[in-house]
Amino acid sequence: MQLVTAIIKPFKLDEVREALAEVGVTGLTVTEVKGFGRQKGHTELYRGAEYVVDLLPKIKIETAVGDDLAEAAVDAIVSSASTGKIGDGKVFVSRLEEVIRIRTGETGEQAI
Amino acid sequence: MENQIFELQFALDTFMFLVCGALVMWMAAGFAMLEAGLVRAKNTTEILTKNVALFAIACTMYLLCGYAIMYDGGVLLSEIVHTSAFDVATVHADSAEAGFDGDSVYSGASDFFFQVVFVATAMSIVSGAVAERMKLWSFLLFAVVMTGFIYPLEGSWTWNGADVFGLYNLGDLGFGDFAGSGIVHLAGASAALAGVLLLGPRKGKYGPDGKVKALPGANLPLATLGTFILWMGWFGFNGGSVLKLADANAAHSMAWVFLNTNAAASGGLIGALVVARLLFGKADLTMALNGALAGLVAITAGPDTPTAIQATLWGLLGGVLVVFSIITLDKLKIDDPVGAISVHGTVGILGLMLVPITNSDVTFGGQIVGALTIFGWVFGASLVTWFVIKLVFGIRVSEEEEYDGVDQSECGMEAYPEFVKTT
Repeated sequence: MQLVTAIIKPFKLDEVREALAEVGVTGLTVTEVKGFGRQKGHTELYRGAEYVVDLLPKIKIETAVGDDLAEAAVDAIVSSASTGKIGDGKVFVSRLEEVIRIRTGETGEQAI
Repeated sequence: MENQIFELQFALDTFMFLVCGALVMWMAAGFAMLEAGLVRAKNTTEILTKNVALFAIACTMYLLCGYAIMYDGGVLLSEIVHTSAFDVATVHADSAEAGFDGDSVYSGASDFFFQVVFVATAMSIVSGAVAERMKLWSFLLFAVVMTGFIYPLEGSWTWNGADVFGLYNLGDLGFGDFAGSGIVHLAGASAALAGVLLLGPRKGKYGPDGKVKALPGANLPLATLGTFILWMGWFGFNGGSVLKLADANAAHSMAWVFLNTNAAASGGLIGALVVARLLFGKADLTMALNGALAGLVAITAGPDTPTAIQATLWGLLGGVLVVFSIITLDKLKIDDPVGAISVHGTVGILGLMLVPITNSDVTFGGQIVGALTIFGWVFGASLVTWFVIKLVFGIRVSEEEEYDGVDQSECGMEAYPEFVKTT
C-alpha cells in the first residue's frame, strides 16, 4: 500500500479529483495549506510599493491506494494538475504500513 | 407680492444651505470609511474614534470661537439672530436692498451650519495622514487648536476678505478659491504634513536600505464606499458654495457646478487608474479612489467657470498628479497611509493654479501668494502646535503599542474581535 500526497494549485482540485476517480481511487482527504517552493513566493504591488507574499495558498490532497493502483494514481494527478507554469506543486509517494477501517476493524488493502 | 417673493427667496436659499450643509456633513462619514478601509485592521477602532470625535470637536470649537474669528459672527454665535428675536421686516428690507438678482438673503443659522461642516472637513484630512501611530488624545488636542483658531484665522483672510495680519489683502491681489481647494483642502494637508514630519513613518514602512514597503489596507470595500460618499457630499461642498439658488442665474450656475464637480471626479479616477496600470502593471484600486478625490479637489477652487470638458481635464490632471505625488512622498519617507497630503495638498495647489485659465477675475500672482499664505500659516502654526503637544504629552505611541495596534492601546477594543488573525 502507498500513501500518495500531492500539493497542487487550488483551482486544479476538481480536475484532479475527477482524474483520480476515473482510475479507481475511492477516497481522498483535502486540506487548504500555505507554503513556498523554489520561487520563495512572489511580490505584489500596493500603491507603488512592493510587498512579498512568501506563503502561497495551495491544496494538499492525500489518498491511500493499493500497490497496483499507485502508479496510475500518480499519473492521474500529474497530468490533471499540470499547467506547465511555476507553482504546479509536487507529488510525494510513501510506503504505508497499515490501514484500519474504524467501523469494521478491517485491515490492509480491504480497508482502503 | 414683492415681499412674498423675497420671503420665498429667503426660504429657498436657507433651505439650500441646510441641504448642502447636510451633504458636506456626510463627507465626515466618507472620510471615516475611506480611512478605516486603508489602515490595517488593528488600527480601525481608533481611526473611527478619531473621525467621530474630531467632527464633534470641530463643531463645538467653531461654535465657541471659530465663527467669531472667521466671520465676526460673535463668540457663542451672539451675532446670529435667535428665533425669539427674528423679525421678518429685516428680511424684507435686506432683500429689497439686495434686489431680486442680487446677493442672497438667508438665515444666519443656516450660514453657520454650512460653514461649520467645512471646518470638520479640513480636520478630517489630518486624521488619515497620521493614522496608525499617533496618540488619540494628542490628536484631539490638536483638533481643538486647528478648528478653533488656525483654520478660522486663515478663513477670515480669504472668504471674509480680512487683511493678512494687517499686511496685505488676498482679494485685492486677485486670489480666488470658490469652494476651498486651498482654504479647506490645502489647509488640512498642510496641518497633516506638519504632523507627519514630527511623527515619523509607521514602523516597517521603510526598510534600512531605503526600500518602500507596502502596508496594505484592511478593507477595500469600505474605502470604496467612503470614496463614493465623499463624491456625493462634494455636490453640497461645491454646489452650496454658489451661495444662492433662488434666481435663474444662480440656479443655472449651481447646476453647472454640480455637473463640473461630477465630471472632474470621473476624469480624476480615469487618470489615476490608467497611470497606476501603466506604472505598476495592475489596476490599483486605492490609487483610483485617490484619483477620484484628486479630481474633486482640483475642481473645487473653480467649478463655476470651466466647460464640462475642461472640468474633466482638470480632474484628469489631478488624478495623474496624485499618483506621482504619492510615489514621491514615499521616496522622501513622508509616510501618509491614505494619501491625504497628496490628494488635498499637492492637488489643492493645482486646483488653485487652474482657476485663472477660465476665470479672468483671478490672477496667477494672486493664487501663488494665496497658496503660500495658506500653506505658510497653517503649516507653521501646526508645526508649533504639534511640537508643543509632543513636548508636553508626546504624540507617538510606543513601539510595542504600535505593533499590537492602537485599537488595543488607545481604545481597548478591536474592530473585528471575532476574525481570525493572519500574519
